Amino acid sequence: MTTKTYEKYYVPAQSPWPIVGAVALFFIAFGAAHYVIDISKQQSGFGGYLLLLGFAILVFMLVGWFRNVIDESMSGLYSAQMDRSFRQGMSWFIVSEVMFFMAFFGALFYGRIIAMQWLGGSSNNAMTFELLWPNFEPVWPLIKTPGGIETQAMPWTGLPLINTIILVISSVTLHFAHTGLEQQKRGQLKLMLLLTLLLGATFISLQVYEYIHAYRDLGLRLDSGFYGNTFFLLTGFHGLHVTLGAIILLFVFFRVLKGHFTPEKHFAFQAAAWYWHFVDVVWICLFVIVYML
Amino acid sequence: MSVTTTEPHDHDKQHDHEQEHHDHKPSGIKRWLYTTNHKDIGTLYLVFALIMFFIGGSMAMVIRLELFQPGMQFVEPHFFNQMTTVHGLIMVFGAVMPAFTGLANWMIPMMIGAPDMALPRMNNWSFWILPFAFLILLLSLFMPGGGPSFGWTFYAPLSTTYSNDSTALFVFSVHIMGISSIMGAINVIVTIWNMRAPGMNWMKMPLFVWTWFITAFLLIMVMPVLAGLVTMVLTDKYFGTSFFDAAGGGDPVLFQHIFWFFGHPEVYIMILPAFGIVSAIIPTFARKRLFGYASMVYATASIAILSFLVWAHHMFTTGMPVFATLFFMYATMLIAVPTGVKVFNWVATMWRGAMTFEVPMMFALAFIVLFTIGGFSGLMLAITPADFQYHDTYFVVAHFHYVLVTGSVFSIIAAVYYWLPKWTGNMYDEALGQWHFWCSLISVNLLFFPMHFVGLAGMPRRIPDYALQFADFNAFISIGGLLFGLSQLIFVWGLIKCARGGVKATAQVWEGAEGLEWEVPSPAPYHTFDTPPVIK
Repeated sequence: MTTKTYEKYYVPAQSPWPIVGAVALFFIAFGAAHYVIDISKQQSGFGGYLLLLGFAILVFMLVGWFRNVIDESMSGLYSAQMDRSFRQGMSWFIVSEVMFFMAFFGALFYGRIIAMQWLGGSSNNAMTFELLWPNFEPVWPLIKTPGGIETQAMPWTGLPLINTIILVISSVTLHFAHTGLEQQKRGQLKLMLLLTLLLGATFISLQVYEYIHAYRDLGLRLDSGFYGNTFFLLTGFHGLHVTLGAIILLFVFFRVLKGHFTPEKHFAFQAAAWYWHFVDVVWICLFVIVYML
Repeated sequence: MSVTTTEPHDHDKQHDHEQEHHDHKPSGIKRWLYTTNHKDIGTLYLVFALIMFFIGGSMAMVIRLELFQPGMQFVEPHFFNQMTTVHGLIMVFGAVMPAFTGLANWMIPMMIGAPDMALPRMNNWSFWILPFAFLILLLSLFMPGGGPSFGWTFYAPLSTTYSNDSTALFVFSVHIMGISSIMGAINVIVTIWNMRAPGMNWMKMPLFVWTWFITAFLLIMVMPVLAGLVTMVLTDKYFGTSFFDAAGGGDPVLFQHIFWFFGHPEVYIMILPAFGIVSAIIPTFARKRLFGYASMVYATASIAILSFLVWAHHMFTTGMPVFATLFFMYATMLIAVPTGVKVFNWVATMWRGAMTFEVPMMFALAFIVLFTIGGFSGLMLAITPADFQYHDTYFVVAHFHYVLVTGSVFSIIAAVYYWLPKWTGNMYDEALGQWHFWCSLISVNLLFFPMHFVGLAGMPRRIPDYALQFADFNAFISIGGLLFGLSQLIFVWGLIKCARGGVKATAQVWEGAEGLEWEVPSPAPYHTFDTPPVIK
């Protein structure tokens, strides 16, 4: 028998926030569906308004829920065991995010290695090629689809390379912010966190610029065939994740300014940092697979 | 048949009293809306699953009504397709999965000696978004042009080029279901990993906990892939992408690859917890310890790993290269090995046991026999050249209804009867339960067994009409379906009766039951194990 005393596992009494969040998700999903239908038919409808309402409720819920959690954390209700629960929960959430990206990477792999070659007549598909698209050339990047849509490929040099360097540096600065927190160097923590945020914002701005460049100059669009599809969905979902990660880091930064987090207990900081490193790793995979290869 | 109904020991009463003073239940609707209690949330999941089971079941009744006779009698083909689609979606995502999650919520903290689930507020959120997801799905049936009609597998291009606008609602509804499942799975994993009472080693955990632990990993791995897939369907339909359109460089077969990469582990998500339930019930009523505990754990893990390597056995007729079909055929047949280990272990547990045959045991026994039939028809389907004949026939429908209805659903019913006295504090009506069992057993076989024959004879699935030679069998099937549906009303009657009162249950409830959940009083106090018990 261990003599370690047992710390009570904090089970919150009742909480109104989850049901508020459920209503928010309902409006977001129902609204988004109708919004998508509306824009595809170029009609005006209520979808957009419901979507906005849903997001407003979601923000309300997040503020309330997180305020609750931060209050509980600051008043010392959370045991070490609780902290482990949070850490494990966040880790498995990131695993699920990895699998979300895997779906799109898998699609890219299949489209490039298998579907494109088959359209070009390899394996047992000679007749597909001969009868349907005899002029199709199976080369990647797929700048001319079997159906005849033409586009230009996004080079990996230039902006994407700069963006890669920016994001990698931001991961390093965030790491130094973490060591600053652990070694009680609050100045280093604040400076490095701020630097990370600025680098993140730069990355997002450059991505926006790259999208404009792709649409205007290269004719590379979401609907320009399999290359454009995978390019925009992979970089787009990555961009969304960077934006989300930056918002999380921003709130962590505010909490740092208020003097939150100790070298021993800083789950929120840790979770935000893990998330940021995760989007960084996704970007490196993206840069190699989508841009370079 | 004997039901243990001895008077509660004094010790139990005292224990009960101790628990009571911090046993405040909030009252009214807020108790259910705001709850963070794993037992309340478990109840919510189970009640929701039961309601969805009847909604999905009534859609099956529409299908069977139309198929009672050849020719077109009652519904339009388009409406028939909506019924098959939404019936499948509701039964998979709305009935079977939430029922298992409800059981996990109720039982896992009690089985491992935890005060609650690890993340109680998120637990509430993962439940309450589910009714909204299904509200959206059901509302989509009333869209102009009707609801989703592409089958629950929503193959492209049926769900892209040829679908109506309800697709957008379908996509976002599936997104919410996925979020719910992922949050639920994270909660299960963290609870099991981090909340076990001192002394509750990995290899002491009840098998229900083990199987759910592994199931939760499957959920975390594949639900995001489903989310990615429905996103691609959305962009293909509304934003001009061509993931599943060969003219744009995509491939409709790509859809099937991604879908079944999700779909096959999903099948095991719906059966692994059932294995855990049966592994709990058989030892109790055989009054012997489970035979081969460790091999059960390893077999479950092997099935989970193999489930990622077999997805294309759903796609033998798509014209994959021969080496791919061979690989998937052999990998699929390999799953029969760990599954066989399980079936043998259950049988070996009963060997020379002092068996009694209460309702949970009856359903568990029926599970072993009927699930094995479903497993064997699965082996037949795994053989590539034979599958060319079976593909898209009623043989496939028979196969997956044997594993899902007489497999998953029977195990859920068994679990409900088994733990109901623990939940309500009252014994269920044994006679009513036996009626429920025998009516279900007979009608379910009348319902699904002839499907093998019409399937082998070539009757295609998902078609509202059929050739004359299938008429007699289809009439039997429809009658079986109606009887099976009516039999479930006995279940509901028994549930209500038990919730309202009955013979008081002891803490142990069943003579041969072992485990932490049987050491707390019945009904289980609102909060169990505020301080963890020590397991020796």
